[in-house]
Amino acid sequence: MSDEFTSIEDARERLGQVGYLADEPASLVSFLAGRLGKPVLVEGPAGVGKTELAKAVSRATGRNLIRLQCYEGLDEAKALYEWNYRKQLLRIQTEAADTGWKEVKDDIFGEEFLLARPLLNAITAQEPVVLLIDEIDKTDQEFEAMLLEVLSDFQISIPELGVVQASTHPLVLLTSNNSRELTEALKRRCLYLWLDYPDVERELEIVHLHAPELDERIARKLVEVIHMVRSLDLKKPPSIAESIDWARALLLLGAEDVDQAVLEKTMSIIVKHRTDLDLVAERVGVKLGDGLFGTRQAG
Amino acid sequence: MASSEPGKRANPALYGGMPPARGPAGMAPRLLEFADELRTEGVAVGTSELLDAFNALDAVSWTSLEDFREALATTLAKSQEDRHVLDVLFDRFFFRAVEREAIEQGMREERFEGGEEIDLEALRERIREAIRAGSDGEMRDLARLAIAAFGRQGEGSGVIGVDVQRIRRTLGLKGEKQGAELPDPDAVPRDRLQEFERHVRRELERQMIERTQSLPPAKPLRELDRSLPSNPAQDLSQVHRTVAQLKKRLASHGREHRGRRRSWQVDVRRTMRASLQTGGVPLDLKYRPRRPRRPELYVLCDVSTSVTSASVFFLSVLHALHDQFRKLRSFVFVERISEVTDVFRQERSFAAVSRRIATDAGVADVSGYTDYGRVWLEFLDKVVDDLDPRSTVIVLGDARTNGREPHAQVFGHVAARAGRTFWINPEPRLYWNYGDSVMSAYEPFCDGVFECWTTKQLEVFVNAIAELRAVA
Repeated sequence: MSDEFTSIEDARERLGQVGYLADEPASLVSFLAGRLGKPVLVEGPAGVGKTELAKAVSRATGRNLIRLQCYEGLDEAKALYEWNYRKQLLRIQTEAADTGWKEVKDDIFGEEFLLARPLLNAITAQEPVVLLIDEIDKTDQEFEAMLLEVLSDFQISIPELGVVQASTHPLVLLTSNNSRELTEALKRRCLYLWLDYPDVERELEIVHLHAPELDERIARKLVEVIHMVRSLDLKKPPSIAESIDWARALLLLGAEDVDQAVLEKTMSIIVKHRTDLDLVAERVGVKLGDGLFGTRQAG
Repeated sequence: MASSEPGKRANPALYGGMPPARGPAGMAPRLLEFADELRTEGVAVGTSELLDAFNALDAVSWTSLEDFREALATTLAKSQEDRHVLDVLFDRFFFRAVEREAIEQGMREERFEGGEEIDLEALRERIREAIRAGSDGEMRDLARLAIAAFGRQGEGSGVIGVDVQRIRRTLGLKGEKQGAELPDPDAVPRDRLQEFERHVRRELERQMIERTQSLPPAKPLRELDRSLPSNPAQDLSQVHRTVAQLKKRLASHGREHRGRRRSWQVDVRRTMRASLQTGGVPLDLKYRPRRPRRPELYVLCDVSTSVTSASVFFLSVLHALHDQFRKLRSFVFVERISEVTDVFRQERSFAAVSRRIATDAGVADVSGYTDYGRVWLEFLDKVVDDLDPRSTVIVLGDARTNGREPHAQVFGHVAARAGRTFWINPEPRLYWNYGDSVMSAYEPFCDGVFECWTTKQLEVFVNAIAELRAVA
């Protein structure tokens, strides 16, 4: 447990060291999650670094990351455990004819025939782990209800074996894109963190961290353009990952400035819909072309 | 709830049971009061949340305002809306707590004297600077200066909201306009200006409390304060999101049966493939759900002048629907009806769609008044052969016929042929059937009627029709 965050500053610093610039709420919640032993529910628009936060926490605390990617139709067989019944079948077939039914039954429902899935793995791990349950809003409510036992008591009941208790305390992060309202019961068991797009200064820092060679002036303009693009009504606003990609692309192209021509050439990195492309070209491109952009520095 | 009591945690020795209360005495009752106030504003704060909050406060520093607030927020507010309400209430609650303390102890602040000497012009400039780049403290000081200077020009009106606006106007502060061509040198960023107004408001309240020596009663938050700050673009995307939800609800008809394998069919192909692993014996039966029916939507949208304010909203709903559904036919009507499915198919941007509908839909005949009766006749004439029990008809309109024959029987005929019929009315239920509204004539034929002019209500509609299906 020595690798746990000891204070909010410690959390921020160590997350920063592994390449995640956490803001105040994010570092506070990462610290509290370990201290209170509560799962964290992280919500926010796509591409603000929700999943990245979990990865960073795992790197910063030196714990292994176990990831459960949720999707529609995910069931306990894929999330918790499953009986390996082909193996069970083989076991029965190789059995001598005179073995009693009871012995066989007791034998084939043992741990040897259990296929552990991510949640069971996280709970039975010898070393404490970080458990990431990604896009929980993609599953249905029944699955959420099933998670409650794991999240509040860190245990899993297997009818044939009994209750499996956690030997170590995993740090749990759940992410949601807010596409569906999660149940109150789940929310009550979690700490809540809303991640939003960062402001210009913070995003500039993030871009700096990931593309340090990019000129300060270009980076600033790039981030300002990204913010302008986000303020438009787009099908899919550019995420932080995309601004980093764009910064790297500009670096590779050796761009001297973010102007209309550069934007039009490289726009497809940050905007991924045809209608969005038109809109951005029309609104942002023209502004860049007029030279009006950048006269006002964001404070 | 019981399961999240700290005592029952998996490893109590590691994470501790209920810690002994620390922090300044009297803080715990204060926090309970605060939680109570949150509850009256509809934030669901349970006992387990409160325990979490105390635990969290135990782990962070009590003296840092930021940490204190975040620790409360992360344990008490479990959605973005709740978070916003908490922020607003947090400011108000602790402001009031301080003021109450001040009154009880009979403390008075020294009033700023010397308002006479303030040079308004210089003050204006300094405030503008502070709004653009200044710190919170600087803005607060200047807000007090501004109030002092303003007090010299005549007594306040006594209504704080009015005074705030007067001060703003006297100082000649304006927010930057969105999409302005040239930045106005006098304008300041809008959000910072609001921040400044908040300071002015707070200082005025403080003075008022000092004058009257009593706290005004705490009022419930107004709708405006509760709602998240938004702009039209966000509204549009919100509509899109809600409609995407609608699609899920409509398209996944079979989904509630997922748990019940009964309605699943054996997937022969996949079963055979799986049987190869077990030597050709089909041990592993593979199932597939019955194909959910594909919804077929007919949306009729009123675009007449009586619903002008709502029609932008309606068109954006229609626009969003087109994004989501392939089997959708949309119609707009005023006096006559016209199919605009192709317009939506060709034009992707919302602005272009509304322009084209305004110019070439040809729905206004002579008078430009809605004629629902005629619309039904024409609609029935056009689509009668296509309507079948699998289709859903959604009407967006206010049911104001301008005194013309409503032809409710014809509408009934449409509703009878279609599987389901919903009516979304942009007027409050209170106004229905007053004047020329004939909502009651159409209502019996619909599977559901809804009042709807905000995205919130659109969500209600989406949820309601999802429930209807569950019953059906």
